[in-house]
Amino acid sequence: MHGVIDMTQATTLTPAEEARGPLLEVHHLTVEFATRKGIVTAVKQVDLTVRKGETLGIVGESGSGKSVTSYTLMRILDRAGRIAEGTITFSGIDVANATERTMRDLRGREISMIFQNPRAALNPIRKVGDQIGDVLLHHLQAEPRNVKAKVIEILEQVRIARPQERYHAYPFELSGGMCQRIVIALALACQPQLLIADEPTTGLDVTTQKAVMDLVTELTRARGMSTILITHDLGLAATYCDTVVVMEKGKVVETAPAEQIFRAPQHPYTQKLVRATPRPGIALSDLLPEAPAVPSPLPVGERSAPQAMGEGAQTSSQMPDPVHAAPLLKVENLLKEYPRQGVPMGFFAGLMGKKAPPEDALFRAVDGLSFEVKKGESVGLVGESGCGKSTTSTIVMRLIDATSGKITFDGMDIGAIPAKEFAHHPMRRRIQMVFQDPTDSLNPRYTAARAIADPLLRMGEQFGIRGAAQMRAKVEELATMAGLPLDLLDRFPHQLSGGQKARVGIARAIALKPDLVILDEPTAALDVSVQAVVLNLLEELKQTLGMSYLFVSHDLHVVRLLCDRVIVMRQGKMVEEGTSEQVLEAPKAAYTRELIAAIPHPPV
Amino acid sequence: MLKLIASRIATAIPSLIGVVIVTFMLTRVLPGDAAAYFAGPAATPQAIAEIRTKLGLDKPLPVQFVDYVTALSKGDLGSSLSTGQPVATEIASRLPASAELTLSGLILALAIAIPFGIMAAVKQGTWVDHACRVITTAGVSLPVFFTGLLLVYVFYFKLGWAPAPLGRLDVFFTAPPTVTGFYLIDSLIAGDFETFRSAAAQLAIPTVTLAIFALAPIARITRASMLSVLSSEFVRTARAAGLTPYKVIMVYAFRNAMLPVITTLGMVFSFLLGANVLVEKVFAWPGIGSYAVEALISSDYAPVQGFVLAMAILYIILNLVIDLAYGVIDPRARSEA
Repeated sequence: MHGVIDMTQATTLTPAEEARGPLLEVHHLTVEFATRKGIVTAVKQVDLTVRKGETLGIVGESGSGKSVTSYTLMRILDRAGRIAEGTITFSGIDVANATERTMRDLRGREISMIFQNPRAALNPIRKVGDQIGDVLLHHLQAEPRNVKAKVIEILEQVRIARPQERYHAYPFELSGGMCQRIVIALALACQPQLLIADEPTTGLDVTTQKAVMDLVTELTRARGMSTILITHDLGLAATYCDTVVVMEKGKVVETAPAEQIFRAPQHPYTQKLVRATPRPGIALSDLLPEAPAVPSPLPVGERSAPQAMGEGAQTSSQMPDPVHAAPLLKVENLLKEYPRQGVPMGFFAGLMGKKAPPEDALFRAVDGLSFEVKKGESVGLVGESGCGKSTTSTIVMRLIDATSGKITFDGMDIGAIPAKEFAHHPMRRRIQMVFQDPTDSLNPRYTAARAIADPLLRMGEQFGIRGAAQMRAKVEELATMAGLPLDLLDRFPHQLSGGQKARVGIARAIALKPDLVILDEPTAALDVSVQAVVLNLLEELKQTLGMSYLFVSHDLHVVRLLCDRVIVMRQGKMVEEGTSEQVLEAPKAAYTRELIAAIPHPPV
Repeated sequence: MLKLIASRIATAIPSLIGVVIVTFMLTRVLPGDAAAYFAGPAATPQAIAEIRTKLGLDKPLPVQFVDYVTALSKGDLGSSLSTGQPVATEIASRLPASAELTLSGLILALAIAIPFGIMAAVKQGTWVDHACRVITTAGVSLPVFFTGLLLVYVFYFKLGWAPAPLGRLDVFFTAPPTVTGFYLIDSLIAGDFETFRSAAAQLAIPTVTLAIFALAPIARITRASMLSVLSSEFVRTARAAGLTPYKVIMVYAFRNAMLPVITTLGMVFSFLLGANVLVEKVFAWPGIGSYAVEALISSDYAPVQGFVLAMAILYIILNLVIDLAYGVIDPRARSEA
């Protein structure tokens, strides 16, 4: 291990460039917010240096102050925030004390920003071309007569196909990746010297993420721009940055060259983050910090205490070997069609002879999918947004009806039961779901205890729970299994952290002792360190309770860690199926290879 | 766009049919016997029966309804029992008076409330914001007949700045030749500026009365929706791109904030139609509201039915205009249509 990391190694600049000195220098920056509960310090004594042409990554989990730092650099903090201490110098300008007029000239022309959630970052009712034009006109980079030509030129640079048409598009008419290209075009329109990218690819598919990041890298390199990449994904930062700064709770805990951050993390927090980042060649338990230091999600004593769940529970030793076990869920030729939007349909169109042929009028979200989930097995359903994985899980969950196909669950044709009636069907109890967004999937007016008790109150007759005391005991037992501290049970969702809410969702899903749990991206909204804990919890619960999982995700690394088998989907069809090792290490389909290649490959 | 208009009008037809049925039924179940009322206090039962037969009130309700609808389809709204005038001509002559008053009240309210709401949101927590809150609270808490009387007392009786609150024109002027029915516009068309000034003077105080009432909801919604838009991500993007505060507020924030304001406008307009009845009474305004109230008191069916029908049609047209305005501002609404 090295003691102090030499910062100059981080850059690949020529001595001449080096001599020009840093483009941006932040010294002892402290940012405070005035809130109802008093002053909150969001950023404490932060030091940053960005040289010309350098890419700096700021990595941290939610609440680490990384976004606040970036807003402060642009001086676009909201009213409550203020710079309490420190200096920001951008090519000789004192940003912290500059007039608003100076800042307006800097913003967009010298420093610009790309935001998370590209669709929300664009004005929904203004043509995207006009939005780019506004920036060009404001910074006198174009005149009203040639602004359109300039905008189209910029759209071409960010690889927007058919830029003449897209000029007139509104954000809602474009895909997420396309919107992010527009935001990039907006940011690069005036050829700024520094680009701040705030979680530019969060919420985008891996292949889109790769395309967007490659585009940003290429454009900024070609122009000799400096970039600050703000992300929660250490792998992404290490792949695309020269230097990585790790922030925790408003403080910089480590600054290191990208190639060293994975190999030799210095600070304990960085080490924890590195460990928690899913990557090739590790097991699920490797995600967690080293054993003794960590409270396990389940107290050790309870792992081998199946009696806690009553007669139905099985220990892992009693579990049938998934390979030879009987299929629990069998899906055959599943097909789901939706009417395509904007195609003339129905009676009136038919009357006027405008009716489109059926194959054009219908969109197949799921197109002839067949697969099995055996008892005690975890199957991953992987694909990019729009591939039909969520539709499939929703149909298996019997929340919507399939157009055709057969769904057999434990020998019973549950596909034949209409979705409306399935809610009252005894089989409902046996298939449960953990949802993607732990916040939105909890009733904000129910306490954690009430949320966990909800399925028991509705369908828990066979558990013979009588009265409030027994219910409370049952809820506490479930909360313990899900690793939720019992003193949090009477809190409302807004008083819980993301990880705690995820645990409530899991406790609720296992309350009825289901045989199959559908996990719809259960960790997508969580920080990596929380994701690591939740994934381990899910694995332990599966072993203890003998459940099967259908795990829906876009993240192949996460799927590999939790699943025995993986199904790769594209456009409603299965592209590849196999054990997790086979699919990830020796993918047969070109599409699977493309997906794997798109995952950031940090220098390890 | 034409398709949108057609579909909107098509959806309005069932509500119109409903309005026709409900107004017919309501006027029939109202207490009071129209025949007895018009026969006078000294009439014999025979005379009352005679009048009843003449009015067609002795026929069974379904037959009366068919008669009513048949007449309606010919554009005949019936005749007022008290004045003997056809309802259609009465409404046609009185509607412009009410419309002129309501619209000027609404325009004045918009002209004050929208800039005020924007200022209150942009300078949140400053004196503008507090002033906005005080004025909107006052606006909703004071009933129109009270503000109307107060304004008359101050500006006519005490200061003598306003003319007597007696109708649309000073007695010395004659109404301009009817083109639109709006005196302000008609007098300008006729080139008669003296009449224009008189009409404007008569209109001023009732307009202010209505505007004070309409101002509160518009200013509140403008402020609230501006606040939420100003904290949205695309406004942050616009600020990060260095655009001027004026451009950010007017082009980026305000156009988006207008959407809920326009929706509220529809409701405010219908409140104003209701408030109109009282304002017309206070200012002796020869509008449709005072006409309807008098007819209702004397159990005069035809004018009441005509009034409700006219209001319903007006309201449907207004909502159509609002939907179209929505489509102009918001491309998403356009694509859904």
